[in-house]
Amino acid sequence: MVDGPRAGGPGGGPGTLEPTPGGERDWLRFRDDSAPDEPAVSLDAFLDQSNAGSVRIEAGDDVRLLGPHLERLRLVEIDFPKFRDGRGFSSARILREMGYDGEIKATGEVLVDLIYFMRRCGFDSFAPNVPLDRADVESVLNRYPHVYQHAADAAVPIWQLRHG
Amino acid sequence: MYKYDQYDQAMVDARVADFRDQTRRRLEGKMTDDQFKPLRLKNGLYLQLHAYMLRVAIPYGTLDSRQMRKLAYIARTYDRGYGHFTTRQNIQYNWIKLEDAPDILADLATVEMHAIQTSGESIRNISADQYAGATADEIIDPRPWAEMIRQMTTFMPEFSYLPRKFKIAVIAAEADRAALRWHDCALRIVQNEAGEIGFQVFAGGGMGRTPFIAYKIREFLPTNQILSYLQAILRVWNRNARRDNIHKQRMKILVHELGEDEFRRQVEEEFEHFLARGEDFPQAEYDRIAAYFAPPPFETGLSEEIDRSDPDFALWVDQQVAAHKAPGYAIVNISLKPVGQIPGDISAEQMELVADLAERYSFDELRATHAQNLVLPHVRKQDLHAVWSALHEAGLGEANLDLVTDIIACPGLDYCTLANARSIPVAQKIAERFADADRQKDLGELKIKISGCINACGHHHAGHIGILGVDRKGTENYQLLLGGSGDEETSQAKITGPGFDEAGIVDAVERAVERYREIREPGERFLDTYRRVGMDGFKEAIYG
Ligand code: SF4
Repeated sequence: MVDGPRAGGPGGGPGTLEPTPGGERDWLRFRDDSAPDEPAVSLDAFLDQSNAGSVRIEAGDDVRLLGPHLERLRLVEIDFPKFRDGRGFSSARILREMGYDGEIKATGEVLVDLIYFMRRCGFDSFAPNVPLDRADVESVLNRYPHVYQHAADAAVPIWQLRHG
Repeated sequence: MYKYDQYDQAMVDARVADFRDQTRRRLEGKMTDDQFKPLRLKNGLYLQLHAYMLRVAIPYGTLDSRQMRKLAYIARTYDRGYGHFTTRQNIQYNWIKLEDAPDILADLATVEMHAIQTSGESIRNISADQYAGATADEIIDPRPWAEMIRQMTTFMPEFSYLPRKFKIAVIAAEADRAALRWHDCALRIVQNEAGEIGFQVFAGGGMGRTPFIAYKIREFLPTNQILSYLQAILRVWNRNARRDNIHKQRMKILVHELGEDEFRRQVEEEFEHFLARGEDFPQAEYDRIAAYFAPPPFETGLSEEIDRSDPDFALWVDQQVAAHKAPGYAIVNISLKPVGQIPGDISAEQMELVADLAERYSFDELRATHAQNLVLPHVRKQDLHAVWSALHEAGLGEANLDLVTDIIACPGLDYCTLANARSIPVAQKIAERFADADRQKDLGELKIKISGCINACGHHHAGHIGILGVDRKGTENYQLLLGGSGDEETSQAKITGPGFDEAGIVDAVERAVERYREIREPGERFLDTYRRVGMDGFKEAIYG
C-alpha cells in the first residue's frame, strides 16, 4: 500500500453498522462529521469552478480528473443509473486509492444487496431512490464474516489472516 | 485436491444464508423479479422453459468421490435423477424448484461446493486443463493458481456488476485442452529462458454472436503478479465498456474497439498501480495452496503391460486412455456421449459408480471436461480392465473420445428460453448416423459442436464442424460451419452457405464428412484437410 489509505473513512469495516445518531434520515450515513450542505455540481462544472466542494459523478465520468483537487473536496456523489451499471464501484475505490477521505455517497438505483459491496469500495453514505428496509440492510452488512481480497476498506483478507 | 479451511467454509456457509435471505425476500414480495434476477443469477439459478436450472461450480473441473456422491444425491432428491455436465466443467440441474434452491446450496456447502458466480454478469468458475497434475506434457500443475484466482475473484467488491460475464482459463501444457483462447482472459503457464515460470496472458476472446480469438497481451508475467494483472484487466474493462447494449458489453468488444495495443497500454498502466499497492498473494499462500495439489503417492515398479486380448476393451483403451506422467499409470476418459443419449447427461446411479471408481482406482480424484466428459486422472494400467468392465456395465463404456459421435451440444430449445432451435435431437441423430465403430475410427478426430442459438454455449465457432440453430420465419433451421478449433491452433469456423432443416443438416454433415474421406491425404484429420483445401473444397459436395 503506497498511494493512499485503505480505510474508507469513518464508520468502520463493511460489517459494522454505526449510523450517525440523529434519526431515520441519517441511518444510511456512516460518518461522524456533519453532512456537507452545498449541492453537488457536475464534474465539468467542478473542474471549472475553483470554489466548489461537492461533485456529482455520472457513470461514465473519470474520477481520476479529481486527483489534483482532493483538498477542497468534501462530498462526491456517485450515481447508479441502473443497479446493473457497476462503473461506480470502480470510481469509489479509485477515489479512496487516491487518498480521498471525504464522503462518497451512492445515489440512484442502490439496492440492499449492493450496499455491502459498496461499503467495501469506500462508499460511506447512501441515498437510494427507493427506500430500503433497515433490518435488511443490517442483515446484509453483517452477512459475511471475512473477505477474500483487499478493497477500499480496512477489512483484512483471508490470506493475510492465514499467514498472520 | 484443495480442502477448505475454516475461512473458506465460513464464506460458503455465509453465502447459503445470504441466498436463503434473498429468496425469502423475493417470495415475500419485498423484491421484484427484476431485482431478484441478477441475485439468483450470481448464484447459478436460471429460469428456463419448464423450471429453474441450477448450475453448480466445479472449480477447474476437479472433484472427489464425496462431492460426486452429493451431486448424485441432489439429482435424486431435487431433480429427476440426473445431472448435465456443461462446457464450462460445471454441472447443472434442469428441474429445480426455487424454494428448494437454498437447501441445495446448504447440501453443497457440506462437501465444499457452491454455485457462486456460475452465471450472471460475474467472474465465472475458472476452467483448466482436465489432465492437470496427470499429464506428462505440462510444466507444472496449474490448479494452485486457479484456486488462488478463485478465491480472489469470489465476491470481489469492485466488480460486483461487471458489464457482462467474464471467463478465465488456466493451462500449463503445450497441448490446449481447455479452448484457452476462446476465453475473456486466458493464462498459459510458460517457462522463460532463465527457467522461471510465468504466465502468457491472452485477453478478449469469446464466442457468442461476435466471436473473437483472444489476443496475446503479455508474453511473460511473473506468477506472483497475476492478481494485480487480473485486477488491472477487470478495471479497464469495468470502467470503459459500453453499458448501453448488452450485445456489445463483453470484454472482447472493448479489446477490439480500443485495439490490442491501446488495451494493453491501459492494462499495463493500471497494473503498475495495483502492483505498487501490494495486493498480490504472498509466496506463503501459494505454497499453502500448492501443497494440496502435491502428486498422490504413485506406486513405483508397476507393470506397463495392458492385456489387450479382449477386443472391445482394446478398442476402448485406444480411444479413451491417455498417457500419464507416472510410469504404470494412465489417464482414463469416461464418455458421457453414448450414441442416442443427451451429450453430458449422467444419472445419479452412474455418478455414484464413477465416484466409487475414483475412490478405488484414481486416488479419489475426478475431473469434468469442457467437452462434457469425465476423467479418472490416475489409474494404474493393471486396473484398466476392471475400470472398463464397470463403466461398460453402467452404460459408460463408449469408446468415442474426440470422434464424430463425441458431440458437444447445448441444452437448446428442449430447455433454454433463449434457444432458436433444438440441439439435443440433432446431436442424437448425427450420432446415430455415424454410430458404426469402424466408420468412426476411420474418420478419426472430428469435433462436432452444436448451439441452439447465437449465444454459442455449444461452442459451434470452435467445431471442426459447427452447427448453429437459427429461427427462419418461425421454423427451426440450422447453419453449417467448418474449420473451427479450440486447441493450440485456435481458429474460428466459417459458415458454409444457406441453412438446412433438421433432417437436412444431418445429411449435410454426412456429405461434408464423406467429402473429407474422398480427398484426405494420409494422416490428415478432417480439420487438416479443411485447412489445406478451404471451404471451396467442400462447398460443392455439401450443396451439390
Ligand atoms: S446456445 Fe443459446 S440455446 Fe444453447 S444454451 Fe446457450 S443460450 Fe440456450
